[in-house]
Amino acid sequence: MNGRAHVAERLQQTYDDVVITAPVTVEYVRYSNRSAHWFLALALRGLIEQAGVAKSEIDGLCVSSFQLVPDTAVGLTQHLGVSPRWLDHIPMGGACGVVGLRRAARAVQCGDAEMVACISGDKNQVDTFRNLLGSFSQYAQDAVYPYGSGGPNASFAFFTDYYMREYGVTREDFGKLCVAQRTNALANPNALFKKPLTLDEYLNARVIADPLHLFDCVMPCAGGEGFLVMRKQRAEALGLPYVNILSTIERHNAFPDDPIQMRAGWAMDVDDLYGRADKTPDDVDFLCSYDDYPVINVMQFEDLGFCAKGEAGDFIRANEFTWNGSFPLNPSGGQLSVGQAGAAGGYLGLVEAVRQLTDQPSGYQVPDAKVGLVSGFGMINYDRGLCTAAALLERAS
Amino acid sequence: MTNPLQPPKRKNPILRTRQPILPPWTRSRVGLGMTSAAARGRFELQQCDGCGAVQYPPREMCSDCLGTELTWTEMSGRGQLISETLLHHAHDLYFRERMPWRLGYVKLEEGPSVVAHLHGDVPAPPTAVNVIARLDRAGRGVLIAIPEQEVPNMADDRQLREMTCDPKFRKVLITDGKSETGQAMVREIARAGASLIWVGHTEPWKQPEGFAELADIPEVELIPLDVTESRNIQELGKALGGRVDILINTAQVHRTHGITDRYGTDVAKMEMEVNYMGLLRLAQNFAPAMMSRGADGQNSAVAWVNILSAFALANYPSHGTYSASQAAAMSLAQCLRAEFKPSAVRVLNVFPGPIDEPWNQMIPPPKIAPERLARDVVAALKDGVEDLYPGDVAQEMYSRFREDPKILEKELGDG
Ligand SMILES: [Zn+2]
Repeated sequence: MNGRAHVAERLQQTYDDVVITAPVTVEYVRYSNRSAHWFLALALRGLIEQAGVAKSEIDGLCVSSFQLVPDTAVGLTQHLGVSPRWLDHIPMGGACGVVGLRRAARAVQCGDAEMVACISGDKNQVDTFRNLLGSFSQYAQDAVYPYGSGGPNASFAFFTDYYMREYGVTREDFGKLCVAQRTNALANPNALFKKPLTLDEYLNARVIADPLHLFDCVMPCAGGEGFLVMRKQRAEALGLPYVNILSTIERHNAFPDDPIQMRAGWAMDVDDLYGRADKTPDDVDFLCSYDDYPVINVMQFEDLGFCAKGEAGDFIRANEFTWNGSFPLNPSGGQLSVGQAGAAGGYLGLVEAVRQLTDQPSGYQVPDAKVGLVSGFGMINYDRGLCTAAALLERAS
Repeated sequence: MTNPLQPPKRKNPILRTRQPILPPWTRSRVGLGMTSAAARGRFELQQCDGCGAVQYPPREMCSDCLGTELTWTEMSGRGQLISETLLHHAHDLYFRERMPWRLGYVKLEEGPSVVAHLHGDVPAPPTAVNVIARLDRAGRGVLIAIPEQEVPNMADDRQLREMTCDPKFRKVLITDGKSETGQAMVREIARAGASLIWVGHTEPWKQPEGFAELADIPEVELIPLDVTESRNIQELGKALGGRVDILINTAQVHRTHGITDRYGTDVAKMEMEVNYMGLLRLAQNFAPAMMSRGADGQNSAVAWVNILSAFALANYPSHGTYSASQAAAMSLAQCLRAEFKPSAVRVLNVFPGPIDEPWNQMIPPPKIAPERLARDVVAALKDGVEDLYPGDVAQEMYSRFREDPKILEKELGDG
């Protein structure tokens, strides 16, 4: 693989008049004794309340959750009392939002379902995160957890250390992103971090896994997210503001021969993403990146075409990342300031992008937001994130 | 640079001894292949028989050609450190107690990249490193990246010492110092820097050559010890059990009989009494105290060494009853290892071929010299090995055993 996807024989179809609507967030809390089922139920309830439809009108269900075990989406149908004719379970962590959207949009487009509820949610009890780590994957159990049991912090510390040495990105650069996202979060009542963050506070925070310090690491919490996928005509009939899907990509286990992850699947498919939407990176008004650690933001700037590989440091220094800056990044505050509610972290950016493009932001509204790019990244199975996805969304005219 | 290890301070008797906690020990079945090699001190990864690809983490199929015939193959250990981290926060209790902890991400010459514990003297990346496989305190194989070249006090690295059983500054009990093997062991353990060596001896009327000189070694303290005397072992267990860091059982009786060439059970009984029951007595009286000291700071109880025989693997009929006693002892030692597991104290079983001692006079060479055996045992302690087959004869017997135990039995039966 030379770094670009080969051109498919038949071009991927557009999504016709399939749209996204009804952005829902289930309140985030640091710890909760409620199960994942509870958060997923509230997400579904939020969707039908917002859409003003009966539960029985939901004929497609797409679910993502880490903590649903031993259940799957199948068992959840009985918990929720729904009888969908189309059901999917997307265990792709940070990529689950965009991937769920892709699956749901095609189901609606092809008539397998008329109204798909995409929901994600996870619990967080005091020992939830620790219990997840040791059994996350066979490779994690055999080849990562026995080495210091640092969890994702250790993996992202390796990437961050490499980026700093190889490409000259500095802690100040990473800090600038974290500070900007915190500024964005201050207007979002759902964000778990309520206080402003200064660069000094960022730089002097305690070390977690050198070079990562406290504010580089996402905070696990409980919460849920959801959205509906349906035909434009249906949304209009229901009086729901909606967003158009221009193009989407996904990729798994890209670049397996790279000695360390310094690029991810987006780099293979990015031309396809912009090409099919007939857009360029310059057309993007805001980016909802997957931001569990700032180094992944930086990788997305490069792999999604906003700057060349290795030039992210200069790009950061040349831009402002607040909601009203030159490059609005995660206008709701992102996971780094809102919190990471397990698999719902893979929905957070997508749900906020729908809000931004329908003028119902969680906090600040990005001015003149017409095109938003949403990106997902998930599943550190061993030493790198395996799933990537992205979607270009556009305000309905 | 690693600071040289300092002799331990006197222990404050009021302080609570730290309870042993194991690092995460769950592994997939295929993942245990690395442990099997590390138990012998080797770094092996799966290599595809079909296309030659080397891969990690362990898996059931070749990720290149999807072949399923994968062979554990020794690695060069050469690699390039790509990035590093110093962990200050861990989710597991064992590591929490040992923060901060240095980790490296290494690209191996053979292809795969690995997460490894990182020795403190390895410079910042990018730099060449040597990757070795060791057993951690849970007895599971792990990878450690160490400096490419030997550096001063390399073995004293705090993280590396967690994986090894180095006798330096440790208190060692050698159960029989009179045999040639026992004497060689005492001298070698002294050379390795043990702070105190209790040397057991029995039958005071026997004064073999070289034994008297052991008393000249400053760390040596001679103690009457007879593994066939329950009361003697019980008293010694009470007096020393809580202080012994490494116990090396060298007590052995070795006669050269099969079943029909000598009528009666007296010799076989004596062999079992020393080689098997002796180990059982020692284990019952010393193991509990050692288990409670599995995490007792820098100089915790770390290892129990059994000098067994390669004839434990398959019977050598002209030494038939001796072989049987060794098989019994090996089995018991495996039991001891399992019972030691929660305490992190390691059992090192040593399976030499014939030792160059009087009872093996009639066996033709090659035979392993007691000095070589003792050197290999100390090296195995330093490497944290669990099973040692020292010398060419033992190595060959072990590879024949792995290939086909039945063929080995037939060959030994042929004399
Ligand atoms: Zn192959």
